[in-house]
Amino acid sequence: MSLFDRAKALLLLEFVKGMALTLRYAFKPKATVNFPFEKGPVSPRFRGEHALRRYPSGEERCIACKLCEAVCPAQAITIEAEVRADGSRRTTRYDIDMTKCIYCGLCQEACPVDAIVEGPNFEFAAETREELMYDKARLLANGDRWERAIAANLQADARFR
Amino acid sequence: MVGYFQNLFGEGFGWFVAHILLVLAIALPVMALMAMSTWVDRKVWAVMQLRKGPNVVGAFGLAQPFADGIKLFLKETIIPSGASRAVFLIAPMISFVLALVAWAVIPFDAGLVLADINVGLLYLFAVSSLGVYGIIMSGWASNSRYPFLGGLRSAAQMVSYEVSIGFILICVVLYASSFNLTDIVESQKGAIFGMFNLNILNPLLLPMAVMFFISALAETNRPPFDLPEAEAELVAGYQTEYSSMAFALLMLGEYMNIILMCALASILFLGGYLPPIEWAPLYAVPGIVWLFLKVLFVFFLFAWVKASVPRYRYDQLMRLGWKVFLPISLFWVAFVSGWLVFSGHFHGSGT
Amino acid sequence: MTQAFIFYLLAGVTVVSGLMVISARNPVHSVLWLILAFVNAAGLFLVIGAEFLAMLLIIVYVGAVAVLFLFVVMMLDVDFARLRSGAARYLPVGVLLGAILMVEMLLLAGAWSSGAIAEGARAAPRPEGLTNIQAIGTILYTDYVFVFQAAGMILLTAMIGAIVLTHRERAGVKRQDPARQAARTPEKAVVLERPLVGAGVETDGGVR
Repeated sequence: MSLFDRAKALLLLEFVKGMALTLRYAFKPKATVNFPFEKGPVSPRFRGEHALRRYPSGEERCIACKLCEAVCPAQAITIEAEVRADGSRRTTRYDIDMTKCIYCGLCQEACPVDAIVEGPNFEFAAETREELMYDKARLLANGDRWERAIAANLQADARFR
Repeated sequence: MVGYFQNLFGEGFGWFVAHILLVLAIALPVMALMAMSTWVDRKVWAVMQLRKGPNVVGAFGLAQPFADGIKLFLKETIIPSGASRAVFLIAPMISFVLALVAWAVIPFDAGLVLADINVGLLYLFAVSSLGVYGIIMSGWASNSRYPFLGGLRSAAQMVSYEVSIGFILICVVLYASSFNLTDIVESQKGAIFGMFNLNILNPLLLPMAVMFFISALAETNRPPFDLPEAEAELVAGYQTEYSSMAFALLMLGEYMNIILMCALASILFLGGYLPPIEWAPLYAVPGIVWLFLKVLFVFFLFAWVKASVPRYRYDQLMRLGWKVFLPISLFWVAFVSGWLVFSGHFHGSGT
Repeated sequence: MTQAFIFYLLAGVTVVSGLMVISARNPVHSVLWLILAFVNAAGLFLVIGAEFLAMLLIIVYVGAVAVLFLFVVMMLDVDFARLRSGAARYLPVGVLLGAILMVEMLLLAGAWSSGAIAEGARAAPRPEGLTNIQAIGTILYTDYVFVFQAAGMILLTAMIGAIVLTHRERAGVKRQDPARQAARTPEKAVVLERPLVGAGVETDGGVR
């Protein structure tokens, strides 16, 4: 180790340089997203909370084909179906266990009528386990609430499909 | 004030009451300052990492330390079954009380000091050397490997760096010819060309100031010398088994020691309660404000180093203490005293 | 009155903790009691107005020596019950030693109250207008400078002796030199080479 190196070490030059760097960073704009009030951008392909969509007429899209139930790798979906009074085949039960779901998006890929989708919502944490057992009413309500965002996302992504 | 209470309650009891009140008048602001220092610490740290730091609880997150305190207070105190109960509980109290009693000799302004004793600096040194026990006892009493290793590391580290701190203090004492902290501050009045009231501008004391700062980092277990609580190796070191108020006391003691070291650095090298420049209008600002600003500045340096420098390895730490700081400070004591004798500094002082 | 009360308090705690040092079951607790005794002894020094000695007692004995004590005792894992088993055998020797110490102390106390040496010691009271530290420094570096230097030399010899006796160079130990590690730069550490096909790279004596 040369004398020059020793002098440099004794004067703590490298520490001074490093601390100058951190001080410069202190005045840079912050990278923090102030979460509950600000949110980062979400891709149209984002796979968040599930929703069951309706047609513009108000009729639910799901035809109870059970493709989603079959494809679900986590077996989180349970469907029971009956023939409705008007002769159309509809679900009487459509449950998703959100604690099992792995958000792979295979259900929305499998759906022939774009009924089950994973919406852009990711803030659905709950305090109890029971609240995460979604039933059909909850999923349809989600669809109603998020329909505009979901439709816009599907629109944005349509040309890549 | 003491006289007033002595008139009110009689000689002995009045003295007692007055001093209890004085102690509270120092201890409560110091504890509040300590709480805020954790906030400053986290803010400075966050700002340098492009984060915002605590900003939710209260304005600018100022109430965050109190929220943390309340949370800790409501937690259950867990005493490990294999622990040595009495020692386990006494250890955090020791570190807290020791950090608090040291403030008795800190001069907040000219004459504004609880105990104006002529061994003030030695008293501070003695109290900080006792601080080892809080940590080593907590480490041993936890009856667990990580705390034990953390306690041993901390004890070895503090003992090592106390040696060089002692020599550094001697350098300042040689200039002031006194162990009394008020005298040390007063000796810096116009020390540099009769203009600046800062020991740090003295070329003979500047290296000592830098070394004192680094030693203070090691003495208070602050990064980059926070090996006793190196989370990568020792979980949380000697604090691992602590919870609730016992943990809070350890934490408080630690931060209070840091602020104490900041105050000591301000008093020894930055002119304590004196304004930095000898200029009459600056004396209009009360001395306690100057001291506060200086302590804040040194504390900012502490936080700045924490944000900048990675943790040392233990052998590097020991090498720095014994092979670099000890010889340099020892040589410097001889050098400074030689210089002072030849330049006639002692002429007319003492006998 | 207050002073007497504080004296008896400190003295009492010192004696009790001294007893606890030898009667505590756990060696670490013994050392902790010893430290309490030290601190109280420092308090006694304060009561008689020897604040410098009090601080030194705490800094040197409590802050450094007792920490090392504690270190060793914590690491050793001493089984005190086994050590105590032979206590009865050594009892006569212990009693003898204690008796000798006792007699010596009594003699000392007797000689202190009257005698030429005691009078001589009292002839050096603290000069007016000097603090304790200045007084001690003045007398230590003038009248007793040779004794002081000799004590320093003896301590230095002991220190060097301890190092010489315990330090040994072990062969084959890979040591790290932080200074050299810190001084390493990319220019010194990395060589970029472009060897011909099949030629390989010369590394003189292993990896550079």
